[in-house]
Amino acid sequence: MATLPSKPIADDVSLLVVLIDTNPFFWSTSSSSLNFHQFVSHVLVFLDLIVRLSQLNQIVVIATGHNTCDYIYDSSLDTDQVTGEGELPALYSFVLQRLEEFVDKDEKLGAKQEGLSEKRASSLLSGSLSMALCYIQRVFRSGPLHPQPRILCLQGSPDGSEQYVSIMNAIFSAQRSMVPIDCCYVGSHNSAFLQQASYITGGVYVKPQHLEGLYQYLATVFAVDLHSRSFLQLPRPAGVDFRASCFCHKTTIDMGYVCSVCLSIFCKHHDKCSTCGSVFGKAQLDAASDRKRKASES
Amino acid sequence: MNNSEKKRMNGEAEEENEEDVEDEGRDAWERTYTDERSWEALEEDESGLLQPIDNKAIYHSQYRRRLQSLSATSAASRIQKGLIRFLCVVVDLSKAAGEMDFKPSRMAVIAKHVEAFIREFFDQNPLSQIGLVIIKDGVAQSLTELGGSPEAHIKALMVKLGCAGDSSLQNALELVHDTLHKIPSYGHREVLILYSALSTCDPGDIMETIQKCKKAKLRCSVIGLSAEMFVCKHLCQETGGSYMVALDEGHFKELLLEHAPPPPALAEFAIANLIKMGFPQRAAEGSIAICSCHREAKVGEGYICPRCKARVCELPTECRFCGLTLVSSPHLARSYHHLFPIEPFTEISARQFELSRVASKTCFSCRESLLTPGAACTKCKQYFCLDCDIYIHESLHNCPGCESRRITPAAASATKS
Repeated sequence: MATLPSKPIADDVSLLVVLIDTNPFFWSTSSSSLNFHQFVSHVLVFLDLIVRLSQLNQIVVIATGHNTCDYIYDSSLDTDQVTGEGELPALYSFVLQRLEEFVDKDEKLGAKQEGLSEKRASSLLSGSLSMALCYIQRVFRSGPLHPQPRILCLQGSPDGSEQYVSIMNAIFSAQRSMVPIDCCYVGSHNSAFLQQASYITGGVYVKPQHLEGLYQYLATVFAVDLHSRSFLQLPRPAGVDFRASCFCHKTTIDMGYVCSVCLSIFCKHHDKCSTCGSVFGKAQLDAASDRKRKASES
Repeated sequence: MNNSEKKRMNGEAEEENEEDVEDEGRDAWERTYTDERSWEALEEDESGLLQPIDNKAIYHSQYRRRLQSLSATSAASRIQKGLIRFLCVVVDLSKAAGEMDFKPSRMAVIAKHVEAFIREFFDQNPLSQIGLVIIKDGVAQSLTELGGSPEAHIKALMVKLGCAGDSSLQNALELVHDTLHKIPSYGHREVLILYSALSTCDPGDIMETIQKCKKAKLRCSVIGLSAEMFVCKHLCQETGGSYMVALDEGHFKELLLEHAPPPPALAEFAIANLIKMGFPQRAAEGSIAICSCHREAKVGEGYICPRCKARVCELPTECRFCGLTLVSSPHLARSYHHLFPIEPFTEISARQFELSRVASKTCFSCRESLLTPGAACTKCKQYFCLDCDIYIHESLHNCPGCESRRITPAAASATKS
């Protein structure tokens, strides 16, 4: 099994997998100057730009919803695309139609559930990242010549802490396959997961200050293929925070205690690990027999 | 008539004898050319051009068999694994390592694959350490100390590649025992011996040494390159390791890489402990400090120990001044997939595939149309092609179908009960 990619077609041909965040909980409460319609229009013009830069460029769009993820558009498929309605090119109408269908499906899946207790509703980023990576593996398998793949995350929803392990797995797999994960974060506070993703895989993380000009950020930073990036001065990460957060209080710590069995992080010394139940300082068999003895005594 | 018949039979018997004699004169690697005839597996297409051999089907069936053997040991259940490992790799560089049945020589093949193994090992176990030991001229020498940097080990190994003399298993075990005796109690002690020789010249009673290793809780595994030996088998059985003999280079690589993921941990082998670790921040851009590893002034791009504020160049490492283990959270996260493994997918029979109500028979993750039935996830019931199945289980460790579903607490408790 080849973990290293085979030879790309030419230096400047790219396969761009765009992950669009359609989480209704984020877009409805977003207080910034960008609403979902404006966001989609910026992104559509950007997609058109990528397609026009080179005939061999490929785009795949995957939507990240609140309850599901799905493929929206694949430029390599000869679909019977919807013909342009009026002034809109075929690409735009097709993507808009599929996005609408996706958002409806996402909503229907959510309607079966009870109301959300937590205010910060995250999207299923790990699902769309996994699908993107599987698609990229398929492209690697397709033959000796293929475009250079990269992933662009257009994310606004906050990080979901329950997805930490899956997102880190996806990041390490992307690092091994040498696929950079770029991110353009349109939410309010920085996303620690995506900053780490860009740092580890060698991608670019940008949090635009003026969201009305989102297209300009996209076109100048993310439209460039991987080979040409070495000639450009791209935004550099201003301090990625790699400190861990302790499992008991979720505060970031710079010195802590790590359980040698399950690698959970604690800020204070404990006698017993709350995750795996191992008793510290004693061999496991002794601890188990101690517990049995105490149970039989009581 | 009888005479001529007898003569004919004798003649045939003589011919058979001649063939046997000829075969005995050939080596095993020569016999693969005469007996197996690999050139006959090549195929031509209509225009007479050579077609690449279709390895895919073989590869898939190999993968299936491997998964089945893994699931037989219930890999899906949460077995405790030894995540903080201290592994000593013992390379046998005796005269037998110069044999040429592995091209170009056993030594070269071992060195190449040990390099790949070291990189894979540190990729999967970032908190662990490796030490290298070589056996040459009947003595065991420690090539590198236990350390966490792959480059140092690989450089040391590539320099010292020469084989001579006899091999001594007992000396190697004594040396490894002394090295691994000093490590903290929460670490798992492992030894991996790559043995080419067919004998061992020992100064004392090797059975005593084996008992000593067993008492010290060393888990010794051996990969043999020539043939199975009783003493290696006994060693592995006593200490709970695995003993395999490699058939050829590909098989050797496979066996070696099997030791990279953490083995299941026997509960009495390591004492659980809380290890104090530091999570350093990156130094500010443009700050100048003398780094503690190279003893030279460096600008920016380093990490600062939270306890003694010394500058280190790379992580994970141990601070030279205060001894604090320094890691970053991604290093810990690299091992999480061992703790939360995904279940193997079930294979779909052709009939189930026909009957399934999936509208478009495409793989859920890569959207390639499924020509042959693939595999399905037991939890989310999505279909995947075999290549995605392999990628998901070997590299990604996330099921895209399960990750693309939101499970509410109510639904989760319903499935649990």
